[in-house]
Amino acid sequence: MTMNDPTPEGRFGDFGGMFVPETLVPACQELDVAFREAWADPGFRAELDRLLTDYAGRPSPLTECVNLSEELGCRVLLKREDLNHTGSHKINNVLGQALLAKRMGKTSLVGETGAGQHGVATATAAALFGMDCVVYMGSVDMLRQELNVFRMTLLGTEVRAAESGSRTLKDAVNEAMRHWVSVVEKTHYCLGSVMGPHPYPWMVREFHRVIGDEAREQCRKLVGGLPDVVVACVGGGSNAAGIFSGFADADVQLVGVEPAGGAAVGRAVPGIVHGSRSYLMQDEWGQVLEAESISAGLDYPGVGPEHAHLAASGRARYVPVTDAEVIDAFQLLSRTEGIIPALESAHGLAWISRERAELAGRTVLLNLSGRGDKDVAQMMDILR
Amino acid sequence: MTAALERALRDRRQTGEKCLVPYLTGGLGDDWLETMQAVAAAGADAIEIGVPFSDPVMDGPTIQLANDKALAGGATPHSILDRVRHSDIGVPTAVMTYGNIAYRMGWDRFARSLAAAGISGCILPDIPLEEIEPWALAADDAGVETVMLAAPTAPDERLPRVCARSRGFVYAVGLLGITGVRTELAHSAKVIAGRLKEITDLPVLVGVGVGTPAQAVEVCEVADGVVIGSAVVQRMLDGGGPEGVAELVAEFRGALDRG
Repeated sequence: MTMNDPTPEGRFGDFGGMFVPETLVPACQELDVAFREAWADPGFRAELDRLLTDYAGRPSPLTECVNLSEELGCRVLLKREDLNHTGSHKINNVLGQALLAKRMGKTSLVGETGAGQHGVATATAAALFGMDCVVYMGSVDMLRQELNVFRMTLLGTEVRAAESGSRTLKDAVNEAMRHWVSVVEKTHYCLGSVMGPHPYPWMVREFHRVIGDEAREQCRKLVGGLPDVVVACVGGGSNAAGIFSGFADADVQLVGVEPAGGAAVGRAVPGIVHGSRSYLMQDEWGQVLEAESISAGLDYPGVGPEHAHLAASGRARYVPVTDAEVIDAFQLLSRTEGIIPALESAHGLAWISRERAELAGRTVLLNLSGRGDKDVAQMMDILR
Repeated sequence: MTAALERALRDRRQTGEKCLVPYLTGGLGDDWLETMQAVAAAGADAIEIGVPFSDPVMDGPTIQLANDKALAGGATPHSILDRVRHSDIGVPTAVMTYGNIAYRMGWDRFARSLAAAGISGCILPDIPLEEIEPWALAADDAGVETVMLAAPTAPDERLPRVCARSRGFVYAVGLLGITGVRTELAHSAKVIAGRLKEITDLPVLVGVGVGTPAQAVEVCEVADGVVIGSAVVQRMLDGGGPEGVAELVAEFRGALDRG
């Protein structure tokens, strides 16, 4: 199987759909139509390509890790999304959505953020396009990621604290949706992952498939073919969806790495929250559980519906790693390659490092979804 | 045969009076059931029983807080339905909760649990028309009335389809936003009520942003009635008890009856 478009109702197998309050249905339907038109319009594609190249710095390089490969005994390639403008893959999606929002005549953006990467990217796009922007962030995350809060403010965005529930990403999504319900006519919800109601899971994946398409071509040139395994961290799952989409139709293993404390796919219980049916961490009554991860960006109890489908169909596998393994991996890449990864991306490396015996002699492509600058202060506290 | 919720509301409308449906959070405090009984006696035509959910995206701070408190106090869908089953509230009831609560239990099982508890209707605000069918069929089978929401953002072609699928009444969303008391009634409240009244014979009740007796009277110049949530729940949170909450509901009843 491969990663096809969803059904017109937004289904990937049993997952997806449009589970939103009635007030938001017309906006989601309007977005679906607008995205289909834009994505089929060569003018829109050319404008987005220009932005991705001249503004975001694409294509991102593929780096062969000689030292790390020697240490682990497998050939490790990194897709360097950390080198994009704003420091992560998130810019691909926000440039696409902001361009689309402008085309739809929307004047404002609202977004949510966990680690702050998507929030910074959204604030960046809002500045570039001259749009008003509000970003919701859990107050716990605002403490963990103080610098990103300041970055957003510097970019002209208003950061609002989500004080409900666990005060992390899940609650930021709730607040962003509540905000969107009240301003839906002029405001585009710039959702940061392959989750939410249709068309978001599909649209966000399409805006990120440039990662996978580039990486496949770069692998062909560098190693003369395909990697054996493609690895990416999974919270909502946007960077994984982006890189997987370049390889899903090929004979390549796809591995999504979840934090042990936020392994929605690992638990495999379906639920409905934030606009779609997918796997969801919840109790026996359907109350959503709080995820726990060292990484604010993966601290989310759900997962994008297409990942649930990829897992249920067996096309991709999803594995958990612990915070301790992530801390080791964070240091390992820094020490061996001179690359400080985002804690999110370090999850992927943590799995590769743990499974090095199984991976011996194979070629492993890791999506290095973001850089670790934002995590340095937190790691300094942990390691000292 | 018209089911109990719709019957009660039509009966009220028949007399030329307006329908009053308060929302109360189930499992909030020790006396929530007695409060519902007192509210019924104070002139409510039906009662919405909120079954708390951890992530209520349609709700503002008041109902969020009530949800959190009820959940912290150990409320579950089972504990709430079980108490309702063993009591007589005095008027027809409808559960208002979010899709995942019903989905987790299973659409059929949840529908049968409501019927077994003597609950007439159900409102799932995050399950729109496009996704309602599996639930609605289960509810139809169990004899539970599925109330649909109609929003100001809906284009004209959509509203008749919403009304056709709705049972009991049509829940007109009064404004673009979440639940909560506002200082003034939004202009959109009477507009959506008017659009619905033109196309359906079902009772049209406006909720979301109807927080005072005066606002209820104003919107009922067009609508058949109101759902009042946050104002009532705030009184519960303030420790009003059965008497205090019933007093507030009686104020709404009196204002609506005076017109």
